[in-house]
Amino acid sequence: MLPVLQLGPLALRTPVLLVLIGAFLGLGLAERRLPKGGPTADQLYTLTFIAVVAGALGARLSFAALHFGLFRSSPLNLFSLDASLLDPLGGAAAALICLLIYGQRKKIAFRPALDAFTPALAVVAVFLGLAHLASGAAFGSPTSLPWGISLWGAVRHPSQVYETLAALGIAVLLWKRFGKEPVPGRLFLVFLAWSAGARLLLEAWRGDSIPVFGGMRLAQVAAWTVMTLALILLERQNGRKDRTPHG
Amino acid sequence: MQPIPRRILLVLLMLLGLGWTVVSRASPDSTTAGSIPAPQVGFLAPDFTLTGSDGKTVALSSFRGQPVVLNFWASWCPPCKAEMPALQAVSVAYEGRVAVLAVNAANQDLPANARAFLSDNGLTFPVLFDQDGTAQRLFAVQSLPTTFFIDASGIIRDLVIGGPMTEAGLRARIGMLLGERR
Repeated sequence: MLPVLQLGPLALRTPVLLVLIGAFLGLGLAERRLPKGGPTADQLYTLTFIAVVAGALGARLSFAALHFGLFRSSPLNLFSLDASLLDPLGGAAAALICLLIYGQRKKIAFRPALDAFTPALAVVAVFLGLAHLASGAAFGSPTSLPWGISLWGAVRHPSQVYETLAALGIAVLLWKRFGKEPVPGRLFLVFLAWSAGARLLLEAWRGDSIPVFGGMRLAQVAAWTVMTLALILLERQNGRKDRTPHG
Repeated sequence: MQPIPRRILLVLLMLLGLGWTVVSRASPDSTTAGSIPAPQVGFLAPDFTLTGSDGKTVALSSFRGQPVVLNFWASWCPPCKAEMPALQAVSVAYEGRVAVLAVNAANQDLPANARAFLSDNGLTFPVLFDQDGTAQRLFAVQSLPTTFFIDASGIIRDLVIGGPMTEAGLRARIGMLLGERR
């Protein structure tokens, strides 16, 4: 575990640093593997910029809305540099909405745009696993297996390592298809289905699962739903392909 | 054109996934259950006993029954000092309902500087001195300031590394500990 990287007077949050490195490398890969009919490199970076800015603003505004009383008495808190005053879900929603609006205005095709970002998502997923390992988050359930790691008072499944390896495997398997998938949106759906399937499988060894419905793990229920939807959409694409004369 | 076998495969995959979800249900000891002391959200806050600025010894577990805001700081740390007024404000606002504890990393701080800072700023909440770094090790503190938000049953509900935290940020998390939304 290495939650903080001390470089002289600087204390860097290792998990945040790893995700940023993953995003940087992922975008570089995505730029080199842009699909036909998708966004240009400039548009790719513009979309990323919009997502970051809209995400940050949305996260702050959402947090303020959720804790309205606090901000009503001190409105200047809206501009505070306190990073704990952010709502991640609100930020994600704001980023998505702004991306959709921008994409429509600039006539950026939706499905090729999803494919364009897939290499970046695949790389970020690998570094997210490493970030979890650095912070000790997403920890595993207790085990007596020889490859267990000592963490949070017990010897546990190295679920962060499982997560990283699964993400790496998915990225390697999809590598040759980055930028070359002929059917728009297919690459993204395949990535989504495989990632959801991996989460469905590996959640069984997590020690921080939220139990619902008689002990079933919330993340597995969500992953199964996402995987099923992605597979159904892929099947519909296959069905359309089968029906077209030139295949 | 062979759609039927592919669709059978799809259905099998979905059923397999559903089956796995049922088979790998969480047993009571497979998640944190809050009973293991560890400096991580969802776990029981590790206990320690330290001496306060008034010379009395204080155990963290003695605050069981009310939420605790546990802040690690040092007098050489600018964001630590910057967030102290906010900690003072919430300690007054929530007096009797929430305990605010500041643990000085005394093993890496000068006692004179720490005490001077306390008296210059009129802090009224308990300040404890971690002379040998025991509390910092128990809570895996690697950066200052670090603030833990512990509920009334001793479970860590949130953790903020770095700062300075604003009063709004502290109040929002205290509200969560008290089950309030503002």
